[in-house]
Amino acid sequence: MKARLDEQTIALRVAKEFEDGRGINLGYGALGEDKQKDYELINASDQPVTPMPGMCFFDSAMSFDMIRGGHIDLVVLGAYQVSQTGDLANWGRPGRPATGMGGGMDLAAGCKSVIVMMLHNTKDGAARIVKQCSFPLTAKNCVDKIFTDLAVIDVTPKGLILKEVAPGWTAEEVQSLTEAPLIIADDLKEIEL
Amino acid sequence: MAMNKVFSSCDDAVADIFDGAVIMIGGFGSYGGLPISLIVALAKQGARNLTIIANQGGVGLELSKKIKPGGYQDIGALYAKGQVKKFIGSVPALGGMPPTSPIETLHREGKVEIEMVPQGTLAERIRAGAGGLGGFYTPTGVGTPVEIGKEKKVINGKEYLLELPLTADFALIKAHKADTLGNLVYRGTARCFNPVMAMAAKTTIVEVDELVQPGELDPEVIVTPHPFVSRIVEVPR
Repeated sequence: MKARLDEQTIALRVAKEFEDGRGINLGYGALGEDKQKDYELINASDQPVTPMPGMCFFDSAMSFDMIRGGHIDLVVLGAYQVSQTGDLANWGRPGRPATGMGGGMDLAAGCKSVIVMMLHNTKDGAARIVKQCSFPLTAKNCVDKIFTDLAVIDVTPKGLILKEVAPGWTAEEVQSLTEAPLIIADDLKEIEL
Repeated sequence: MAMNKVFSSCDDAVADIFDGAVIMIGGFGSYGGLPISLIVALAKQGARNLTIIANQGGVGLELSKKIKPGGYQDIGALYAKGQVKKFIGSVPALGGMPPTSPIETLHREGKVEIEMVPQGTLAERIRAGAGGLGGFYTPTGVGTPVEIGKEKKVINGKEYLLELPLTADFALIKAHKADTLGNLVYRGTARCFNPVMAMAAKTTIVEVDELVQPGELDPEVIVTPHPFVSRIVEVPR
């Protein structure tokens, strides 16, 4: 069986989208250990982070003014499912009615650009990039770009465009693991870091 | 002569919280910013049928050890004693694999009601309540289960949902320093929901690391002005 990219490699590919000076929100998810242990200096995943010159603190209401008001350029979110029209489902799963959406709905509704980083398929091999989401939505038509362990896909008004594939994988193989139809980009290439 | 707001213990500060009260609990959910000593005092005090408004539902002492070495008490202490009737917030239970939060089991058993609110909408509903507004229109939640039962309105060609204000009988708040009048400053990322909740309750009870005299806090950096604060307890961490 051909190798899929590991999470660290997907993250490194996503990081190529970050440009100097942009405002980026990184949501819930492990970012790795930090040396400092001050629990009044944490990220959204409750992990202590290192203070940097130029940082500032603000409360939750202002935080979401920033997000909802379109003052953040880019957000990277995880997902259970993304549809062919860019609908996002990333908070509720069947049988888990008590888990909440956190700030995901505000981020998906308000950020200028929404990037999804996720595994291409479920543990059971089911497609996560689907024609229509079966899980509860976070927001409709919000996703701009999808990064998985197999592919980089643009969400456009024409449909999903397959831009990059993991090394050694063909477009046909990626399509066979994707429920939604993919348009193969003329300049399709392998994912590079 | 100003009313004395300084209480000598958390037990005294929460003594009059009554059965059926609506209580906002500040912070983000984990250790920093959470009014832990006030929560523990409320668990001891025993008021029941409470409605809790907080960002996260609390994970309980055991699971908190995965978040911070040694763990800490959180809203889980109130579920453990069967004091909570309803929870309003953005992350009632964590979405990871079970076991997550005690509220997930209680909700499944029908013992706790949950109202799920997107985090930005939660902050804004509290700010609306604090500021005497009747609500606001937000794009958050359009086309999702959150829109069910809510008025929709198109403004400048974009769809919005009407969200209504939230207020409380009591707010339990964690700040870094207070002066004896009740002016508050916060520390680091512990600010979160504390300033907005401190403005939205009839009675705002604050636990602080350090209590100082009026004039000792720089007026330029005070985040919560003293008229919002009812009671202060100094609890060094």
